[in-house]
Amino acid sequence: MSKAKNKVLLKVENVGLLKSDKWLVRGVSLEVKQGEIVTLIGPNGSGKSTTAKIALGIHKKIDGKVQKFTDKIGYVPQKISIDWTLPIRVIDFMLLTEKLTNDQINVALNLTGVDHLKNKSLSNLSGGEFQRVLIARAIAKKPDLLVLDEPVQGVDFKGEIALYELIKKISEELSCGILLISHDLHVVMSATDFVVCLNGHVCCSGTPQAVAKNDQYQELFGDRASKILSLYEHKHDHTHAQDGTIKRKNN
Amino acid sequence: MLDDFFIRALLAGIGIALITGPLGCFVIWRRLSFFAGTLAHSAFLGVTMAVIFEISIAFSVFIISSVIAIMLLKLQKGTKLPSDALLGLLAHSSLAVGLVVVGFLTSIRFDIMGLLFGDILAVNQIDLLFIWIGGALILLILKLIWKPLFASTVNHELAEAEGMKPDTMNAIFTILMAAIIAISIKIVGLLLITGMLIIPAAAARNISNNPQQMIMLSILGGLMSVLIGLFSSLEFNTASGPSIITAALILFCLTLINFRKYSDLKK
Repeated sequence: MSKAKNKVLLKVENVGLLKSDKWLVRGVSLEVKQGEIVTLIGPNGSGKSTTAKIALGIHKKIDGKVQKFTDKIGYVPQKISIDWTLPIRVIDFMLLTEKLTNDQINVALNLTGVDHLKNKSLSNLSGGEFQRVLIARAIAKKPDLLVLDEPVQGVDFKGEIALYELIKKISEELSCGILLISHDLHVVMSATDFVVCLNGHVCCSGTPQAVAKNDQYQELFGDRASKILSLYEHKHDHTHAQDGTIKRKNN
Repeated sequence: MLDDFFIRALLAGIGIALITGPLGCFVIWRRLSFFAGTLAHSAFLGVTMAVIFEISIAFSVFIISSVIAIMLLKLQKGTKLPSDALLGLLAHSSLAVGLVVVGFLTSIRFDIMGLLFGDILAVNQIDLLFIWIGGALILLILKLIWKPLFASTVNHELAEAEGMKPDTMNAIFTILMAAIIAISIKIVGLLLITGMLIIPAAAARNISNNPQQMIMLSILGGLMSVLIGLFSSLEFNTASGPSIITAALILFCLTLINFRKYSDLKK
């Protein structure tokens, strides 16, 4: 790959998280380099968010090793529980972890199309509006590494495509590394440099082109791979027992 | 009729209001009012320890409050009991142990009422020094850690991911809580410190839409409560703590009325 010589921003080596005697994820390795979009795909409960949180240092008691080569990190979590009794406006939220100029805030809010909400209370925003504010906040500080966990959830269809285009543009302009978690196959295949398919462990990974030729990928997406906007069913050649051990299917 | 003791009381009260204003906002935001109450209850044990070992009350209360906070963390990790049960356990057992110990101290005159409800007469120069130096220190620390502390109050995971060290912030905040309780015990009394922390902040919440504004209004409300409370305490010969808290409550009720009018206007 042409970008291979770029600086590594995030290196996750063989990580695992054991919770209540069950491995949420195990043996996951991945790397995010400058200007590269790495996407995690997988079914619900496959450990995509957990992997992202391990990479970010939110989960601390882990197996394996995480190395970050930058402190400028922007994070869009999948679920965020903000206590709505807090009196907090969009502009206060934008300044949550970083000092920003008024211009920087305006530009970021403008990019995600919510600059008119700047002085509104966070508690008055709709789900989609809040999601756009979350993305704006993460990109406003021009991070080296962006971790986006289902960043366009709750955003209307038209906005969804625009936001994905924005994410692609950001990765090029800022030449930051992006770790993206997404259900959307079309994004995975078009905008991504590297795909990691998770199901408690890494099922398959590689460039989109390589993954497309992969047997496991074929099994994963089947003939739906060409119908890029369709929902996909997640199929694997193995199943997982309750304790996380892998059972091969006999076929 | 401004006697020396009254000026001291005013200075003490103003100092305390300046600190409880911002800290109280965080207590509300972080839903820690019961925790604050537990630390305040444990202060009684701190006072008895101060009498036994003949050390400064503020210092002793600070130590005991910190120990109770650490015990709470250990119990939360080590048992399956919910936090509110643990808080109740610590609050009332430390109060009980404190009262039992007081029973053994028959030789020493002990103003329990002053301790529970505050006593403006008891404020001396050393207390003032504690309040103003300790208070300045608390405010300085709060100013320095404002961004990470606020970020971890808004969302722990976001703060952790973006290098705001929320666990460290929680620890520092707990220490600040123990400190404010230690230095305000004489003027407000240990039963009412929680009220001083949360009532002005709660009133401020009713009429503010951003964090800085809420903190400013909370300080203002606290200052007004102290002034009104202390003057009426002098006038009607009531205990200083309850007078201040009652003044705060009246202010809170006023913000409710304003709030209603404001929402009517929007209709």
